[in-house]
This record gives sequence, C-alpha cells and structure tokens, in this order.
Amino acid sequence: MAKKPIKKEDVGTTGHSWDGIEEFNNPLPRWWLWTFYACIVWGIGYTIAYPAWPGISQATSGLLGFSTRGQVAEQIAAVDAKNAPMNDKLASVELAAIDGDAELKGYAISAGAAVFKTWCAQCHGAGAAGAKGYPNLLDDDWLWGGDIDSIHYTITHGIRNTDSDDARATEMPAFGRDELLEKEQLDQVVNFVMSLSGTAQDAAKVEEGAVVFADNCASCHGEQGEGMRDLGAPALNDAIWLYGGDYATLLETVTNSRAGVMPAWSTDFRPAQGLSEAEIRAVATYVHSLGGGE
Amino acid sequence: MAILDKHAILEKNVTLLAVFALLVVTIGGIVQIAPLFWLENTIEEVKGMRPYTPLELAGRDIYIREGCYVCHSQMIRPMRDEVERYGHYSLAAESQYDHPFQWGSKRTGPDLARVGGRYSDEWHRDHLRDPQSVVPESVMPKYGFLENRAIDGKYIQDVMATHRFVGVPYSEEMLENAKADFAAQADPDADTDGLIERYGDKVQVRNFDGKPGISESDALIAYLQMLGTLVDFSTFTPDASR
Repeated sequence: MAKKPIKKEDVGTTGHSWDGIEEFNNPLPRWWLWTFYACIVWGIGYTIAYPAWPGISQATSGLLGFSTRGQVAEQIAAVDAKNAPMNDKLASVELAAIDGDAELKGYAISAGAAVFKTWCAQCHGAGAAGAKGYPNLLDDDWLWGGDIDSIHYTITHGIRNTDSDDARATEMPAFGRDELLEKEQLDQVVNFVMSLSGTAQDAAKVEEGAVVFADNCASCHGEQGEGMRDLGAPALNDAIWLYGGDYATLLETVTNSRAGVMPAWSTDFRPAQGLSEAEIRAVATYVHSLGGGE
Repeated sequence: MAILDKHAILEKNVTLLAVFALLVVTIGGIVQIAPLFWLENTIEEVKGMRPYTPLELAGRDIYIREGCYVCHSQMIRPMRDEVERYGHYSLAAESQYDHPFQWGSKRTGPDLARVGGRYSDEWHRDHLRDPQSVVPESVMPKYGFLENRAIDGKYIQDVMATHRFVGVPYSEEMLENAKADFAAQADPDADTDGLIERYGDKVQVRNFDGKPGISESDALIAYLQMLGTLVDFSTFTPDASR
C-alpha cells in the first residue's frame, strides 16, 4: 500500500536548499521516539537501583545494594559452599586415608589437577614432566620424598624460599667458586659421578674422584651416590638428571652449586594468592597419583 | 516547548554550536571525573603500599620500554574466575604510585599484577632467556639480552624526582640515597640498613640475575618479584560496599 507522498505544505521544510533540492521536516518515527523516552525512564530507574550519583563522601549505593566486590565475594562463597563438604573432609582426614576413600580420592585428583594447571604447570610443565632445573613429577626419583606426607610438606612450605621459616632448605657448597676443591679434583669428581650411572670415563680419574667424592660429597649424596632425601640431595647413580648429566653441566654444578627454589604455597605465607589446606591436599594427591607416588 | 524549537539557532551558528557542545561535554566530564577525587571508595587507603625502590623503578621503566604491557595486564578484575586464577583482585591503591599505570588492555600472556613470589628468580632468568624452555606453548620473545646490559642507576635520582613531581611521596632522603639504594638491593653482601629503613623490611634484596654486577635483568626481576606483594592480605579486609 503506497502512502500518499507528504506534501511540502503538510510538514514544511527544514529551510535548507541545495541547488533547489529541499528537505522535508518530517517528525521522528513514533517507534523511535518512544524507544528514546523509554531509555530515559530506564536510565533514571537504573541510577536508583544501582550505585550512581556522587555525593559528599560516597555515591548513592542503590536500592539493590549491588557492589562489584560484594558480587565476587558472593560468587566465591557459593562455589565454596558447594565444595565445602568435600573440602572439609579432605582437609581433616589423615593424609594417608585419602587413598583409601575412592570418592574423596577422585575429588582430590580432579581438584588437584585444576590447581596444578593453574599454579604448578609453569615450572613443572602442563604434564608434570618438568624441565631443566624443575623436577619431573612423573617418575619415582624424588628429591625430598615421594610419599604423600613429604609432597604435602613440600607444597605447603616450599623449598629455599624466604616466605616460610620451615621451608626445605639445604645448601650445596660451590666447590669450585669458593675454592674448596682444586680444578684437578673437580675434574676427577665429575668423572667419578658420571661413572656412577655407567657413563664410561677415564679410569684413573674415576679412581681419584672416588676419594674426592667420599671426602666431600658422600655425606649428603651417600657413599654410593644414592642421594639423601632428608637433605634434598639428589641420587647421582640413577641416570636421572635435574640440570643435566654431561661433563660440562656437571662441572658447572659442582663449581657453582645448584639451589632450586619453590614458593611456599600455603595461604599462611601467601595470603593474596595461596592455596588452602584442602587445595594443597588435593594437588598433593594429584601429584602422588601421577606414577611416582610412594 | 518554545525553547526546544530554538535548536535551529544553534545548528545554524557554528561558533555558538561549538560553545554549547563544549559546555555539555564539560558538564558530563565533571560529573564523571571530579567525584573520583573525593569519594572515599575511590581513594581507599591500604597499608603496605610504598613508592618503588630505585631498582624496582628502573625495572618498571624497562618493563615499559620493552612493551610488556602490550601483552601482559596488571589488573585482576573482581570476578571469581580471575581471583581463582591470579589471586586477590587488584585494588585501586595498588596502582597509586604508578605513573602511568600498567593495567594494560589485552592478555596475550597472563596477568602479572601478583606475579611477585610466584616463581623463583631462576625461573624468571630461564624464562626471560628462553620462555619456551619452561612454557613450551608460550609465544613470548626472548629477553636474554637484558642480562648483558649493565646499568648503574646514573639517572635514577632524576627519574624519582620526576615521579615526586607528579605526586609519589619520595622523601629527600630517598632521593639523596637513590644510587646507593639502587646498588644495595641487587647485592646480598651490601649494607642494606638504609634501604630497609627507607622502604620497609619487605624489600627483597638479592642478586636477582645470579650474575656479578647489576644488569637490566636484575632490575626487571626485582620489579616483577615485588608486584602484588606490598599489601598484606592476611590483615586487609576489603570493604564490600566499595
């Protein structure tokens, strides 16, 4: 249905004229006008319902009592409330008992995997296989112990950090840098250490190195190089290397020593972004379940 | 309404239109911006905030120079998923000594507002040298060259004076000792009594890059290890109405 064209006399023109072409001064479409008015009414209602108008010391708080901080606190509380029964149980049972409770263990492993991917993967790798200087958590070679209690302690207090006074902390001497050993002795002991994992080396140096090792290294790394978990001294006879087992890397290690650091993850030490006891237990259970758990 | 019918006068007079447009924009600006200077919830005071130490400030300048803010934000928004991922949401006060702030607008990499203490110095060294060595899926470029660029804090006092000019409360004493404090923070054997007296006992003093001398890497890691650690959240309870 074609509308009758509106005539100039009906609505008038805007008064603009370009080369004789004029513009009708038509009214705004009704639907548009009413939407516009509705938006104004909505806007006024919104400023009443939500924080809006600035005052002397604070803005009006709004009838709905909304605040961003309140909202995030509510959302966190809602999720916490849902998980509370499992988390409370997880945080209170004996660590060793988690393994025997299928439901709890399943929950702990799922929750622990999420924690691991958020907080641990950057060093230990998304698949927990570690990287040079960051231990692989999939194998059964543990620096500080692979039972659930040891893993739990390590995550809670960390290693060689300044946050927790109970952090695992031992220091390997820098035998070369601090001139505790001669250059020749360093060469010998590195040869000996390589021989422990079957990498064939100069027999004469290995023999000399055995003496150097017994005098300087065995007190922490064990007489056979089997390591000592109380001190976080790695086993040297298992062909598993944290920093590398080639001659150059081992010489660097003995010369300057190594001291890996891990943060203390408990909220006791990291209030802004730490892990709760339940989260620590969950991730400990997850790591324990990866294959090397003892 | 008669007054509304007069809009043709404004529309046909460009100078008048400019004057009234400016007037309207000014009113809008005042309503939105001015209250931020007096409303209590925008100027929340938080214990623990302190101006950056000279070394951290130098690290911050390197952070800006290298464009870290292009891929990393420093703003944990108050949403549950962000709080779970990065830690307590950021407070306005935590950026109060930032000129300019480093909130960023895009996360190609993760948020860094609370990266302090999350990794070891060694991790930062490995990661800056070759990000893919620790995070294989990372697309971050390598910044190993920072380790080879020695810095001596020659101009750090001027930088601090400039920050003081725009409102950061650096004291005379801090300015006078800028260069000494700069060197002391990166040297575990240095006398740090003055540094700690001026900036508090939470100042981290270490050889951040593990190498002799002070490099840009020292400064950058010192800055990163401080980020988000100044406010003690074990004693601070955010006011939910804010």
